[in-house]
Amino acid sequence: MSQHFDHARFPALSRRAMLQALGVAGLTLAGSSVRADQSIRLPIAGEPRDRPITHDFPQKGSMILQRTRPPLLETPMEVFDRGVFTPNDQFYVRWHWAVIPTSVDADAFRLSVRGHVNQALSLSIGDLLRLPRVELAAVNQCSGNSRGFFLPRVPGAQWAHGAMGNAQWTGVLLKDVLDRAGVKPGAVQVRFNGLDEPVVPDAPDFRKSLDIDHARDGEVMIAFAMNGEQLPLLNGFPLRLIVPGWYSTYWVKMLSDIEVLDRQDDNYWMATAYTVPDTPHANIKPGQTGVKMVPISRMVPRSFFTNVADGASLPAGAVATIRGIAFGGDAGVAKVELSMDDGRTWQPATLGEDHGKYSFRRWQVDIPELTKGGHSLMVRCTNTAGDIQPAASNWNTSGFMRNVVETVQLTAI
Amino acid sequence: MRHLIFVVGTSFAALLASTPAWPAPAITSTTVELPAGDALFPGGPEADAINNNCLACHSADMVLNQPALPRSTWESEVHKMIKVYGAPVEDSDVPAIVDYLAKIKGSGQ
Ligand code: HEC
Repeated sequence: MSQHFDHARFPALSRRAMLQALGVAGLTLAGSSVRADQSIRLPIAGEPRDRPITHDFPQKGSMILQRTRPPLLETPMEVFDRGVFTPNDQFYVRWHWAVIPTSVDADAFRLSVRGHVNQALSLSIGDLLRLPRVELAAVNQCSGNSRGFFLPRVPGAQWAHGAMGNAQWTGVLLKDVLDRAGVKPGAVQVRFNGLDEPVVPDAPDFRKSLDIDHARDGEVMIAFAMNGEQLPLLNGFPLRLIVPGWYSTYWVKMLSDIEVLDRQDDNYWMATAYTVPDTPHANIKPGQTGVKMVPISRMVPRSFFTNVADGASLPAGAVATIRGIAFGGDAGVAKVELSMDDGRTWQPATLGEDHGKYSFRRWQVDIPELTKGGHSLMVRCTNTAGDIQPAASNWNTSGFMRNVVETVQLTAI
Repeated sequence: MRHLIFVVGTSFAALLASTPAWPAPAITSTTVELPAGDALFPGGPEADAINNNCLACHSADMVLNQPALPRSTWESEVHKMIKVYGAPVEDSDVPAIVDYLAKIKGSGQ
């Protein structure tokens, strides 16, 4: 029998006591532990590579378990092969603090808009449903997606490539909400907070900010639905900020508070965490110091194989269709190319339906008959701004912004 | 590419007059249960210090999923937990925690 953390034995650290002290309503502490019937071996840069496959999270199907509390759940790669949109029940999950309300009353819920505005607002879900509605397909990707491939290794969630997903988001424009409150002259940033809270008092609550012009750009949204349904609680029910083309750290879940600031936000999660070297590809040499750091922001282009994994075998002498997904980051996908000669020559892939510049795009290439033996296939995406995936991996201490060209080694037998 | 976001009220103005382009998604109250994530770090008495200090905010699995890292990295991780995230760790427990991590997750540097 495995041993369990005994909250009663360590009263100072009892989670229940701390949650009660914080007065958070609707929290339950479940008795069940994650049962792992199955595991998966991730193709990351080193051990430990095995992770349980879990079915124990609410509103979630099969997920790769990276952390139980607070949940870090990764989407298995094969999910991306099934369609351009990632199903809600397999959309990845990522929380920082474990005080996550497990019960949200949709009628009682209010979104506050306050700070440097003419008129503070307290909006119900009903109020938001009456505003002009918008819909957008957009990729949500963790800043640290693929961190497990960083060499030298870096601490943090050891994700393979599944800390990303693409959904059709439905909601209202942040601009419309800010306009109703009336932003006062001199506003600098807008700060977003969700219902999740730190486990200990005085620890930094997870909050993120956008520049006022970005917040009012007519693209940033407040979503109440993904893929046509309300959000799973672990993906931010009832409201989530959607920041198209930007890393997920800004897509605040369980969004409950919008604060217009007349200054730059210097909270920990903006000023220290989620910063990257201000260098091309956020790249530095291991050990390099004295680098200017800036908040992470726009995503960069990426492409993936979804129907062949590294190390797979294919029949020799038969043609095959190789396919995958790509996205342009903060611009559309201009082209996806495949190389079968270590990057010397590239052939264009056929692109699938275009769901808009922020969406995944499917791609496929019919490759010629493979001769017996090893073959290396590479895929790269160029976005409509002309950015292309680099041939060499970037490196930084946080394991952010990986977008190197992906390679799979196949054996034809 | 702004046009990719379409405002329902504009694109389907005629339709909207009577019925919305599509029904408002039902937003219904939700209650879930989350797994406790209360498994201890393995190792018996050697793991006492880490079990006493490192399970309040997150489960052990993610720490156990970390790669082998230099001892100095483990030292700074433990101090980060204390200074940045407010982990209530007794000073006297720090060496035992770092020793444990350097032993099971050390890169030998
Ligand atoms: C007061 C709360 C708290 C305690 C207690 C705590 N941690 Fe953390 N820890 C955090 C938070 C918050 C994060 C960042 C979570 C995230 O990114 O999901 C974190 C992340 C980590 C990570 C991932 C790497 C990183 O820097 O983000 C490791 C490893 C870790 N903790 C180890 C420990 C160890 C070892 C202890 C015991 C000394 C400990 N933690 C105690 C709050 C805590």
